[in-house]
Amino acid sequence: MVKEVKELVNRPDNTAYTQQRLPAWQPMLSAGIVIPGFVSIGLVFIGIGVALFVTSQSIQVLEIDYTGVEQSSPCFKCSDQTGKKCDCVMNFDIDSLFKGPVFFYYGLSNYFQNQRKYSVSIDYNQLTGDLDYFTNPDDACFPFQNDRNKPIVPCGAIANSMFNDTFQLFQLVNGQKKEVPLDGKGIAWWTDYNTKYRNPSVTPLRNAFNGTVKPPSWPQAAYELDTEDTSNNGFINQDFLVWMRTAALPDFRKLYRRITEGDYASGLPAGNYSLEIVYNYPVLSFDGRKKVVFSNVSWMGGKNEFLGIAYLVIGSLCVLMSIVMLIVYAKFKFPEED
Amino acid sequence: MLRRGLTRLLGGDERRVDSRTIYVGHRSSSTNEAFIPPKFCDNRIVSSKYTVWNFLPKNLFEQFRRIANFYFLIIFLVQVIVDTPTSPVTSGLPLFFVITVTAIKQGYEDWLRHKADNEVNKYPVTVLEDGRRIRKESEKIKVGDVVEVEEDKTFPCDLILLQSSRGDDTCFVTTASLDGESNHKTHYTVPDTEKDLESLNATIECEQPQPDLYKFVGRMHIYKTNQEPAVRSLGPENLLLKGATLKNTQKICGVAVYTGMETKMALNYQGKSQKRSAVEKSINAFLLVYLCILVSKALVCTTLKYVWQGKPGQDEPWYNEKTQREKDTNLYLKMFTDFLSFMVLFNFIIPVSMYVTVEMQKFLGSFFITWDKDFFDPEIKEGALVNTSDLNEELGQVEYVFTDKTGTLTQNNMEFIECCIDGFQYKYQDESSELDGLCVPDGPVSKLQQKAGREREELFLRALCLCHTVQVKESSEQGQGQGDGLTNQVDGLGVDGEVLHPAHEQRGFIASSPDEVALVKGAMRYGFTFLGLESKTMKILNRNKDIEMYELLHVLNFDPVRRRMSVIVRSKSGETLLFCKGADSSIFPRVKQEEVERIRMHVERNATEGYRTLCVAYKYLSEEEYAQADAGLREARLALQDREQKLMSVYNQVETGMSLIGATAVEDRLQEEAAETMEALQGAGMNVWVLTGDKMETAKSTCYACRLFQRSTELLELTVRTLEDGGRRREERLHELLLDYHKKAVQDAPPVKAGVTRRWSSANQDYGFIIDGATLSMVLNSSSESNASRYKNLFLQICQNCTAVLCCRMAPLQKAQIVKMVKNSKGCPITLSIGDGANDVSMILEAHVGIGIKGKEGRQAVRNSDYAIPKLKHLKKLLLAHGHLYYVRIAHLVQYFFYKNLCFILPQFLYQFFCGYSQQPLYDAAYLTMYNICFTSMPILAYSLLEQHICIEVLLDNATLYRDIAKNAMLRWGLFLYWTLLGVFHGLLFFFGVRFLFSNPALQDNGQVFGNWSYGTIVFTVLVFTVTLKLALDTRHWTWINHFVIWGSLAFYVFFSFFWGGIIWPFLKQQRLYFVFANMLSSVSAWLVIILLILVSLLPEILLVVFRKPRGPNARQMQHRLPSSGTSTIFMLSQTASSHSFSWSD
Repeated sequence: MVKEVKELVNRPDNTAYTQQRLPAWQPMLSAGIVIPGFVSIGLVFIGIGVALFVTSQSIQVLEIDYTGVEQSSPCFKCSDQTGKKCDCVMNFDIDSLFKGPVFFYYGLSNYFQNQRKYSVSIDYNQLTGDLDYFTNPDDACFPFQNDRNKPIVPCGAIANSMFNDTFQLFQLVNGQKKEVPLDGKGIAWWTDYNTKYRNPSVTPLRNAFNGTVKPPSWPQAAYELDTEDTSNNGFINQDFLVWMRTAALPDFRKLYRRITEGDYASGLPAGNYSLEIVYNYPVLSFDGRKKVVFSNVSWMGGKNEFLGIAYLVIGSLCVLMSIVMLIVYAKFKFPEED
Repeated sequence: MLRRGLTRLLGGDERRVDSRTIYVGHRSSSTNEAFIPPKFCDNRIVSSKYTVWNFLPKNLFEQFRRIANFYFLIIFLVQVIVDTPTSPVTSGLPLFFVITVTAIKQGYEDWLRHKADNEVNKYPVTVLEDGRRIRKESEKIKVGDVVEVEEDKTFPCDLILLQSSRGDDTCFVTTASLDGESNHKTHYTVPDTEKDLESLNATIECEQPQPDLYKFVGRMHIYKTNQEPAVRSLGPENLLLKGATLKNTQKICGVAVYTGMETKMALNYQGKSQKRSAVEKSINAFLLVYLCILVSKALVCTTLKYVWQGKPGQDEPWYNEKTQREKDTNLYLKMFTDFLSFMVLFNFIIPVSMYVTVEMQKFLGSFFITWDKDFFDPEIKEGALVNTSDLNEELGQVEYVFTDKTGTLTQNNMEFIECCIDGFQYKYQDESSELDGLCVPDGPVSKLQQKAGREREELFLRALCLCHTVQVKESSEQGQGQGDGLTNQVDGLGVDGEVLHPAHEQRGFIASSPDEVALVKGAMRYGFTFLGLESKTMKILNRNKDIEMYELLHVLNFDPVRRRMSVIVRSKSGETLLFCKGADSSIFPRVKQEEVERIRMHVERNATEGYRTLCVAYKYLSEEEYAQADAGLREARLALQDREQKLMSVYNQVETGMSLIGATAVEDRLQEEAAETMEALQGAGMNVWVLTGDKMETAKSTCYACRLFQRSTELLELTVRTLEDGGRRREERLHELLLDYHKKAVQDAPPVKAGVTRRWSSANQDYGFIIDGATLSMVLNSSSESNASRYKNLFLQICQNCTAVLCCRMAPLQKAQIVKMVKNSKGCPITLSIGDGANDVSMILEAHVGIGIKGKEGRQAVRNSDYAIPKLKHLKKLLLAHGHLYYVRIAHLVQYFFYKNLCFILPQFLYQFFCGYSQQPLYDAAYLTMYNICFTSMPILAYSLLEQHICIEVLLDNATLYRDIAKNAMLRWGLFLYWTLLGVFHGLLFFFGVRFLFSNPALQDNGQVFGNWSYGTIVFTVLVFTVTLKLALDTRHWTWINHFVIWGSLAFYVFFSFFWGGIIWPFLKQQRLYFVFANMLSSVSAWLVIILLILVSLLPEILLVVFRKPRGPNARQMQHRLPSSGTSTIFMLSQTASSHSFSWSD
């Protein structure tokens, strides 16, 4: 009896796990599976690629650089001066209907919103409306933390450098300027607008900003960003939100307005247009460029040829490889095909 | 004395103080001048490393001494001090985790050690002080204390036995916990110590503590009033070791000589030298490469940053003004901090988690060896034992196997087969054919049906019964009345013997060598039963059922150099006899030559039949002779210096002029499946060398039996015999033979490639090489230095071209020498030693992997081994299945880890080109931290524990598969380059794929744009999926665990991303990832690019697998199927006298 017990104690457990005999599936990548697999992947990819490519082709894009580097540019006069308010007008034609809804982007080049020091220069607590941080902004905001001993709200380099050119679009109909209504709603992420950024719960909003100063580069304070819609002020101003979502690459575009209303809901009809620009934002000092982009979008977002082409190339390669494999298979007969 | 004490205190060269003096019971001898109690260490055993106070600093210090931990600490400190892109948490958290887990583990282990220490140190003992018995804690014992120990208690320190409750001044001890030998060993009191310990006034002079358990030299001076001090010699038989247990003796008293950390047990605790596996070396080499990559990445970025900033407007655009402090900082300091920041940003390329995963893999993986029920031996009721898990993968890399013969290739289960008395052969058949107690001689060719004289027969059997160190195992009932139960016991046994003859067969004999038991049992079959040794009297039950008594005067112990042992006994009639048994080579020169001729034929025939043979001789000692021998022996035993040599010379003097009575033949069977195992090992491309202390003939026949030598094998012999041919100088002859063999085996043999195809191209002639110890020492220690290295090279080259090498007549140290020589030869092959006895310990420790067999020769080999298995046959599975799998697993683990971190960090590096070299991290801190800890660690761990790219049965059936991974095949630079390129390819693909997608960041159908954190998250998602699926592609063995962790990890990643992005975390400064993941998933383009990039990364891999497959392992398994050997062959083996011990004092 004792013997048996001892044996039981010492004898290893006879379980599948301890004996490394767990039932297992042993996949074999044989040509019989891989060739059909490649063919089907290839076909699916080609299908997706065609769809993407066609879609991308159908997206209309109109880009207008208004930096004013060339003398011929209407905005040349504004390009050399900094700070001073300057207006310029860019005229352009649209040959055929620019299908709506049209999205109006502004784009900046050679602008490093992804600089590390720049992208950390923000006090998130301020932007959730925490009044404690209004009087005492986070050190990360430095050098845009305090201005002459008064706290800057919203502080930090990102907020300070907010894009402040403004645009108005007119269609020239029989020599008359007909304003195209621009919709400033829904240009920022829903979550940014509704949960991530919060104004302080003080009414009127401007009282919350007592004792603070606006960022040095801003023409007006945060509570005056939108003079028309008072609810679009402070930290939930949509332009502000768009700007605060820092871009991934140095050449980027950000959504400015949507053209969804009135006569232009179905798109911009062919014709002459005039874009009136309030030129505030200096970019030439760092060799940057500014542009506006009109684009419509599809299910895949904005125009992007890369995806469609990549899918087509990879799809074709898959089919090609499966053909090569088939030839190799037919010629040499993969030796052990169970 | 004082000076000695001072030298000791000052930590001077302790070896110079070669003895210590102990005052028994702290009583100064009357003759001594002032009594200065000498300082010795106390009896506290401290095996623990830490105390509560020093645990934290000491443990941290020890942990950060590891280069990897130190590196991560530096990175962490840089992060804390310098303004770096990632928060210190990202590298601090994993480091903290690793350090904490290790600290907890080590702390727990140390707590266990503390507990064990306390148990030992607080153990109550009885100390006799001034006639009173005082209970004390064990740790309070001082050198010189007289300690009383009761039955079944362990000795609290090393004691000199002064007094035993047994009448015969002996006590029995088992040293199972010291060396695993469970037999009872007899220890003797110091002769003439008075029974009254209180009045004993004595000093002991003995050597300083040394770790050899079986060596002790000392001298005791006993002072009696009005008498010259008596001097008694002390040997290991007087010393009771701490850790041993008192058996069959009610109580003993002894004086403490070594205490605490100076006891032999404590001195033997020293850790073994750390062996490092080849894989670990590869890891370190790879690490160096990655460190270079890391540094160069950081250098490139730093340089480019300053080049880029040189362009006007780039350095400080108005939107990103520098602070005044930044402007004022020294340029070079800025460069340096930038460099450090880049280092920190890219430091994830060398992951902390790899070390953790590798450690875990090794630790957890080693359980599979312990758990394997195929390694369970029902006889000893034990399975395999893993002493170190660091070498698991080394089991898959073995190129040279060095095996012991006795007990390893053979069972070491001796059976008495036949004997030869005066040239007449006696073969034991069975009891029915027994004729008046003695069997029918079925004899020698010439003298059939003849017998030696009855007197000679009895003399021979008496010799067998007397000349040994065997003990009779006392059953429990007989154990009670030790003191006067002497006669009862004998009577009981006598009755036993008369009534129930088979009872003798059941009688338990214990000896450290199985040959002795076999001989005693053999004698019993012929009617002479050894009844036991009581108070120096050996009792024999003879054929007439009479009890013969012999007084045991001296035992001339066995040692491997003399290769014989003797006893001197005095019979009842007053005759003094010396019986001697030993190897033929050591007995023949010491007996009359005319007797030798009669026996030699038998001995040689027995040896070729594969029996172990021993010769037995005797001589009568006259009174004068005995007195002379006795005096010599006593004097030699008392010697403090060179006692061994002195004893040896006395032994040699005494053991001369004997007459030969006969010889015995004992059979040793081959281990189960020894031949198959050897065949499999050779099939796996391993060179098997047999290293044995045996005779050449015996060992050769074993090699044939194990199929190490085939019929077709041409044997190249380099032994004393071949060297003596031609009567020339040995060295010349050696030189000539070496060149000759070299020409045969190396130059004429067709060139082979790394031994991979050699053995199976049958056209080749197989060579076997035989060398003996004497010749080997000539080869290794040749007279001139230049010759030595040349011979060594020739010898090695010959050996490497032979299928099997047999080295016979090896001393233990020579075994280690050979292993060392091969280990350090060209290409540094991985060596494995396997053995079961104390004589194999040196080679087990020397080889890369040491395997101990849980055999019959004690536990020393097992204790010193890296792995221990019950039987030789288990070696096959251990190497071919476990070793192979472990190697493949860990090699893949290592390559995969480097790969996955390269393609993790490469996009981050590339991103620097797009963010103005500003050290902007591409991934969020949470992802950076979790990538190696959570998202990608479990699948590879599961893979590295469970993968069986080829199933175990196939691995066992096809030994050749082992060659596929030989020479670290999966961690060669070529393969490393492949994995690195794969990582680079994936990294480039991930980054630029998303880069092109982001040429228009408006990726949602509502026209909204994505920012930089979306960019990083898309890359990261592709990354996590790709590396996990890459592993899935490599997995050939999908158990439910693999499914669970692979799909579970991916699901966890998705879940975590939602969770992490779904909540505004109050402790975070920036909510960078807030709803980034969810928004990403709402974009069709993001989905499409993720799918595209994953597939593009993996499809080439699939293609590669398909095209490479015909050359894969499965194909080989079809092509050459090894000729599998049939049933196990039982082959009889011989060995005259192995180098293992007859007595425990070897």
